[in-house]
Amino acid sequence: MIELKDLTKTYGDTTVVDAVSFTVEAGEICVIVGTSGSGKTTLMRMINRLVEPTSGQVLIDGEDTRKVAPFELRRRIGYAIQGHGLFPHRTVGQNIGTVPGLLNWEKERTRKRVDELMRLFQLDPDQFRDRLPSELSGGQQQRVGVARALAAEPNILLMDEPFGALDPVIRAKAQDDLLGIQRKFKTTIVLVTHDMEEAIHLGTRIAVMDAGQLLQYATPEEIIANPATDFVAELIGGDRPFRLLSLDRVADHVEQGEAEGTPIEARLSLREAYAECLWSGREALPVVDNGKTIGRISRAELARKAARPQ
Amino acid sequence: MSVAEAEGGKRSSFLAFDKLGVLIALIIVAGALMPFTIFRANRIVLGEGRSLIEALDPVMTLVLCAVLIAGFVVALWRVDTRAKLVVGFMVLAVLAINVGLSADYLTPEENNFSRISPGAGFWLLTFAFALMVADALTRLRFKAWTRLGILAAVAAAVAVLLWSGTLDNLSILREYATRADAFWQEARMHLLLAFGAVAIAILVGVPLGIFCYRTPSVRAAILNVLNIVQTIPSIALFGLLIAPLAWVALHVPGARAIGISGIGTAPALVALFFYSLLPIVANTVVGLQSVPEAANDAAKGMGMTDRQRLWAVELPLAFPVILTGIRIVLVQDIGLATIAALIGGGGFGVFVFQGIGQTAMDLVLLGAVPTVALAFAAAVVLDAIVEMVSTPERPK
Ligand SMILES: Nc1ncnc2c1ncn2[C@@H]1O[C@H](COP(=O)(O)OP(=O)(O)OP(=O)(O)O)[C@@H](O)[C@H]1O
Ligand SMILES: [Mg+2]
Repeated sequence: MIELKDLTKTYGDTTVVDAVSFTVEAGEICVIVGTSGSGKTTLMRMINRLVEPTSGQVLIDGEDTRKVAPFELRRRIGYAIQGHGLFPHRTVGQNIGTVPGLLNWEKERTRKRVDELMRLFQLDPDQFRDRLPSELSGGQQQRVGVARALAAEPNILLMDEPFGALDPVIRAKAQDDLLGIQRKFKTTIVLVTHDMEEAIHLGTRIAVMDAGQLLQYATPEEIIANPATDFVAELIGGDRPFRLLSLDRVADHVEQGEAEGTPIEARLSLREAYAECLWSGREALPVVDNGKTIGRISRAELARKAARPQ
Repeated sequence: MSVAEAEGGKRSSFLAFDKLGVLIALIIVAGALMPFTIFRANRIVLGEGRSLIEALDPVMTLVLCAVLIAGFVVALWRVDTRAKLVVGFMVLAVLAINVGLSADYLTPEENNFSRISPGAGFWLLTFAFALMVADALTRLRFKAWTRLGILAAVAAAVAVLLWSGTLDNLSILREYATRADAFWQEARMHLLLAFGAVAIAILVGVPLGIFCYRTPSVRAAILNVLNIVQTIPSIALFGLLIAPLAWVALHVPGARAIGISGIGTAPALVALFFYSLLPIVANTVVGLQSVPEAANDAAKGMGMTDRQRLWAVELPLAFPVILTGIRIVLVQDIGLATIAALIGGGGFGVFVFQGIGQTAMDLVLLGAVPTVALAFAAAVVLDAIVEMVSTPERPK
């Protein structure tokens, strides 16, 4: 659990983060969104004390972070820096193994962990382990940066725009991998992004920042349904119904009955189901799970789901 | 085919001349016309030049002329760069052998006083072909290991040439023969001065550079002081150190026992050390400043202590720049160590200044040639190392 209490950071006369308070429960994903320069990175870096707060405090599992030496604190917290920050003189394998090295893991254990992470992020260990970061594409570099943050299996993970350089396909894959890891290890994640779509997809809660202030801290449903200010509404954009649909999976809204035509996978989002209804001009779609038809989903039900929650 | 086209064709074949090659060819012509060797009845009288035809027996003259003409053609025409390199090295070898043969040919029987030294012609020809070789080497962009290999091969060739006795009748080797022991003694001293000063400067300069980098408030002050030291003329600096070190020798117990005195090796070493400090400190600071901010940030973010970050991230990334500073300093100190002889510090400078005193140019050369060769070899070796330790950039 991470508690931020009245966190403020000022540089000279400018207040970059202004009395921000919120709590991230253990095992949750908190996504910080906001325009460029709104103080997202600064807020995040106050958690691992790369930036010392001007005032306010950060508690991790109830303990004030100022009571721990910064380097010890940081070894427990994974950090994927904005724009990867790989060590240019170290190979991919050495980069990923940095924190295990600092924690004096045995060589064999580190090697296994490095290979495991590389495979997880679609990088063939034998092909990439001994390459230098300059010999990778931007997207590969970014994945190595995220893998490096995960290396020592931290309980808390801070990620600053970790998927910014990835193409939509790899990005979706990386997001799902991250969700998988997070569910498996119950990692608490704080993630910064510009991308509202990503925030809604990943976030247990979303923190919306503007000019150093926290405008709203709520679940994606709540933020879409009741944006606290015009700015938040603008950030979500005009396609709120579709954002709402993207939150739920088909599996949770299957009704009894039959339907014609190509079936849809139960694991997909309602948004994809609705798009398919519109595209194929059908009133209902059969739903399959593991190749078995389990029912159907109707256009009317989808439209109801897309309406503003009461 | 029209007339214009024909002219165009001629024009382009004229342009096929190598531009640098034209210059080299002119130097070759000048060198061939000037005295190849200089004959003197004894060590200090004024010499008389001997042209190519007079300096060698007729057969060798023909051989040498043929080789020079071949070299001239290769220099002038745009041929494969590798060919230029090989021909350049071969002509240089032939020149070196022939200057030795010329000494044998010109030395009268049973005459130990006459001296034969290389003349302006020999030096110009050597310069011309050395230029051709250097240009070819630059253009071929060999890998670091290849360059080291070429250096080793050249050193081996020179060693064989000296060992074979081909050059023994040249005046510079006559000077060597009469003082072989002193030569190696001073050679050791020269190396000790140059490498010792660089070693101490690294031990002091790198930590000082790290300190300057970490403490911006003192950075400008320290670099300015070192800058001023750098501008003191070397002889003046050697002189300036005599008084304080003499005082130390007199008043600090034990100082004299470890070799400190106003003149001699200690002040020479101290002066060279001072000259070496600025490049090393400045390059350390620049090297550390060039470490990407993101790498430092990531290192901190992952929980490295300042010391771990210094060893694991900052120094390795700054190393090529620091090494460039060391290269500058080493080459500079090998040259400057010559002046140490003025205050009794020893080194190859001893022969240079003795030679100047006795107006014996051969003796000057005995000090100067090894110094230049040493500096050159140090530059090649360190350049290669700098290249090997630099993180390769991805070719974009
Ligand atoms: N060390 C610093 N000194 C002075 N101002 C700073 C410093 N670091 C950040 N700032 C300022 O604080 C503000 C917030 O910066 P921050 O990096 O937190 O923004 P961000 O929301 O992460 O932006 P982006 O999305 O572009 O990464 C910016 O206006 C920035 O100029
Ligand atoms: Mg940022």
